[in-house]
Amino acid sequence: MTPPRTRALVLVVAVAVLAALPAFGITIPGLFDGPLGSPGTLNLLALCFVFGALALTYDLVFGFVGLLSFGHALYFALGAYVTAMLLARAHLPLPEALAITAVLALIVPCALGAVCLRVSGIPFAMVTLAFAEAGSILVLQNPYGLTGGEEGLPLDGSMLPAAFVGVVNTRNLYWLALVLLIVTYAVAYLAVNSPPGRVWQAIRENERRVEVIGLNPYLFKLGAFVLSAFLASAAGVVYLLLQGGANPGIASANFTLALLVMVVLGGVGTLWGAVLGGVAYEYLDFRLVALANAGVVQTLPAVLRVPLSEPLFILGALFVALVLFLPGGLGAALQRLGRPRRTANE
Amino acid sequence: MLLFVTGLGLGALYFLIAAGLSLIWGLMRVLNFAHASFFTVAAYLAWSASQHVPADAPGLRLIVSLAVGTAVGGAFAALTEIALIRPLYARPTGQILVTVGLALAALALVQGSYGSDPLQVTLPDALTKTTSLAGAAIPNSRLLVIGAATAVLGLLVFFLRKTRYGLIVRAGVENREMVTALGIDVQGAFTLVFVIGGMAAGLAGVLAGAYDGSIDPARGTAILIFAFIVVVIGGLGSVTGSAAAAVLVGELQQFLNFYAAAGVGDFAVVLLLAAVLLIRPGGFGGARA
Repeated sequence: MTPPRTRALVLVVAVAVLAALPAFGITIPGLFDGPLGSPGTLNLLALCFVFGALALTYDLVFGFVGLLSFGHALYFALGAYVTAMLLARAHLPLPEALAITAVLALIVPCALGAVCLRVSGIPFAMVTLAFAEAGSILVLQNPYGLTGGEEGLPLDGSMLPAAFVGVVNTRNLYWLALVLLIVTYAVAYLAVNSPPGRVWQAIRENERRVEVIGLNPYLFKLGAFVLSAFLASAAGVVYLLLQGGANPGIASANFTLALLVMVVLGGVGTLWGAVLGGVAYEYLDFRLVALANAGVVQTLPAVLRVPLSEPLFILGALFVALVLFLPGGLGAALQRLGRPRRTANE
Repeated sequence: MLLFVTGLGLGALYFLIAAGLSLIWGLMRVLNFAHASFFTVAAYLAWSASQHVPADAPGLRLIVSLAVGTAVGGAFAALTEIALIRPLYARPTGQILVTVGLALAALALVQGSYGSDPLQVTLPDALTKTTSLAGAAIPNSRLLVIGAATAVLGLLVFFLRKTRYGLIVRAGVENREMVTALGIDVQGAFTLVFVIGGMAAGLAGVLAGAYDGSIDPARGTAILIFAFIVVVIGGLGSVTGSAAAAVLVGELQQFLNFYAAAGVGDFAVVLLLAAVLLIRPGGFGGARA
C-alpha cells in the first residue's frame, strides 16, 4: 500500500491540474478534437465529470450496499427536470429553484425507497424499475405541457446568473462539474468510511448477520438509498446547466442500464473505479460517434461499418467481454498492472 | 368489447414474453434483460425474410415471418445461454450484467442496420378485416395474437405437466440442488428453457408486428418492462400465474388508457405492482421468491 499521504498528494495534484485545464492551449491529437481549453473539449470533459459523479452515486447503493436498483435514472432526471421546470415554467430564480429541487430530491427517494426496500434482491430491482418507468412515462406524457414531452425541456437562460450562460462561459460550467465530482467523491468517501458506511458493507456481505447483531438493515439501506439519490439529483442539476436542457432520454430505463454498465466497467465497490467507469463510458460514447463518422470506417464494407458506427453496440459488446473475462472491471485490471499505472489514471 | 379484446391481445403479448422470463428466472435465477433483444431481433429478421416472399402472397409472408421469428428467437436464445450464461453459472450478478450488455448491443445493432424509424408490416387481408363479436368489430390480428398465446399456454402446460423434461424443469424450479443431487442433468434443462423462452419471445416479436402494424426497435424494451411486472405479479416461476397476471395487466392498462388518459393505465400497472409486492412479495401463485 502506498502511504495515505502520498495518495492525498497525488489527488491534490490531479485536481489542481484538472482545475487549471481551461488555461491550457495544448492540442492532444486523437484524444480530443480541439485544444484542451476550447469550449468543445471542456464541455465533453465536464460531461465526463458529471457521469463520473453519477456512476459514483450508483456505486454507493449497488457496490457498497449491494442493492441492485434499476431506477437510479429517476433521481438524476428528477434533479434535471424539476430545476428546469421551476426555471422555465414557474420563472423562479436559480437559488429558489435549487432549494425546492433539493427538498424534493430528499422527499421523493425517502418515500419511494421506503416502499421499494420492503423487498430485496430481484423484486427490489423490479420495483425500482417500475417506479423509474412511471417517471419516464410522466416525462413523456407531458402533463399540462410541463415537461416538454419527447422534445425535452430547454433551459431558461434568462433566469440564470450570467456566469453560466453562453459558450464563452463553458469554463465556469467545467469548474462547476469538477466541483460536483470532488464534492460527490468526498461525501461518498466520508459516508463509506463512517460507521453507517461499514454497516452498509456488512449488509452487502451478509444481511442476516447484521440483523442478528441487533441492527436494523432497513434504516441503513434507506439512508444509503436517499443519500445516493440526492447526490444523483445534484448531478442532474449540473447536467441540466451543462446541456442547456433536460431530455427524456435521461429518465429512460436504458439510462439506468447505462449507469450499471459504467459502474461495472470501472469496478464495482471501489469509489475511484466507479468514477473512472463513468468518465470512460461518456468519453467513449462521445468519441465512438466521431469514430463512426471517420473516413476509415465509412469505407469499410457494411458488415463491419454498421456495428462500428453504433457506439452502444461497441460499448455493449465491450461490456459483455468485460463481465466474462475481467470480473473486477477496469479498476481491477489497472490495479493488477501495478500501483504507478493506477495513480496515473486516477 | 373491442377494448376488452384489445387488452386481451396486449395481455397475450405480455404473456408470451413473461412465460419465458418466468421459467428462466424460476429455474436458473437469471433475470434475463436480453429477452427484449430476442423479441426485437426475431421481429426484424422475420421482416427481412418476409421481404423475399412475393408481395402478392401476404398470407405466405405472414407464415414465413412467424416461422422465421420463432426459429430465430429460439436459436438466438440458445446461443446466448451456451456462450454467455453458461460460463457465468457461479456468478449470478454477472449473468444479469451480461444480459444487460447483450440487450444494449443487440438493440444498437438492429438500429444501425434497419434505422430507428418504424417499419411497416404488410398483413394479409384476412387479418386486416374485422370479425363481429358481441356487437363489436374486432380486427382479426387481435384474435390471431390471442389465439397464438393461448396455444403457447396450452403447449407449455402440456410440456410441463406431461413430459419428462417438463417434470425436470418443474422439479428444478422447486429445488434445483435436489434435482442436481439426484444425478439429473439440469444444464440441458437450462438450455431448453432458454430456447422455449426465446421461441415464445420471437413469436411475440412477429405477432407484435401484426398487432401494431409496424415494428420499431424501442418496442421490445417497452414490452419487456411490463413483462417483468407481469412476471412479478404472477409469481416468479409460475407459467399459469404469468398468464393470469398478463391478462390482468393488459386489461387494466387498456381500459385506463382509454377511459382516463393516455399513460394513466401504465401508471396504474406500476402502482399495482407496488401494491402486490407490499402485500405478497412472492407474487400470486408463485413459489416464495
